[in-house]
Amino acid sequence: MKTLTARSPFTLTGALIGARLTLPLFPGIIVFATAFGAAASQKGLDVWQTMALSAFVFAGASQMVALEVWRDSWTVASAFGLMMLTLTINARMILMGAAIQPWMAGTPKTTSAATLFLLTDANWLIAMRHRAEGGNDLAVLAGSGATLWVVWVIATLPGYLAGAFVSNPQAFGLDLVMPIFFAAMLAPLWRGAGPAVPWAVAGIVALAAQQLFEGYVFIIAGALAGAITGALRRGRA
Amino acid sequence: MAALEEAFASPAGPYIAIFMMVIATYFTRASGVVFMSRVQVRPWIERALHALPGSIIVATILPIAAQSGLAAFVGIAAAVAAMVATRLEIVAIAAGLGCVAAVRALGF
Repeated sequence: MKTLTARSPFTLTGALIGARLTLPLFPGIIVFATAFGAAASQKGLDVWQTMALSAFVFAGASQMVALEVWRDSWTVASAFGLMMLTLTINARMILMGAAIQPWMAGTPKTTSAATLFLLTDANWLIAMRHRAEGGNDLAVLAGSGATLWVVWVIATLPGYLAGAFVSNPQAFGLDLVMPIFFAAMLAPLWRGAGPAVPWAVAGIVALAAQQLFEGYVFIIAGALAGAITGALRRGRA
Repeated sequence: MAALEEAFASPAGPYIAIFMMVIATYFTRASGVVFMSRVQVRPWIERALHALPGSIIVATILPIAAQSGLAAFVGIAAAVAAMVATRLEIVAIAAGLGCVAAVRALGF
């Protein structure tokens, strides 16, 4: 256990360690970003909107779901709906932030703010592992995050261009890139039938909500139903 | 309010929407560090947040598949099977898209 009062180091060496630890993740990140780019062009986003999403939101799952609810003409209500959807999907990062909070105590605000912008599932895992092994350098988190950011943004572009140049996307199933990629992401999350019970509840509620309500309420309704089911599964987390 | 609606309907609208997503996402990234120094994460909150990723995925893809028909179901099943077998995203996507294309080529 590190002392909480001492400021954690933030060194170039740490950043380079973090960057190197992301190397095995490159294939997965590149495929995900390319799939996002292709799906974005299918949904009619222009290249600037697509790149802005990757560069500034930098959270793949919420970017993918945003495409499903994307529209040509926005209203106050639809934009707030998108904001709530984004909050729901990225809520898991609140917990990730809470886990690194003791590590960040005493770190200058600008360093913390910039490092937190780069927080994702992947570099959080890398940094937590680094810390579990006795490391203390906060730059491991920032360096791995920055590397993932660069790869994520760069790989979005060829996906977008490829998606835009296919004249008959439906024939290749490109309109379904997003649900297919999402489905593939389920496999690594699988921890047996028990933890999957909330997923089943989420699916049933989402299908019901789709019949009952306009638009994409079904995603939030299903996700919340799954989260509530998870919360009620006492002692089995 | 009318001016606000006009702004969202203008060509700047999509960028305002993206900006709102950026704010929402940064809030989730920073709030754990900013607030959790004072609040304790209750076990039920932890369980809820752990159930969230899979729930979001299922809640998103099932209704889309239901809307898109047989090809989508076959493609999704193929992608999951390929991912379980190989653990490689690129193989999973290729299998999924390939099956969608095949089912559609057969006229379903």
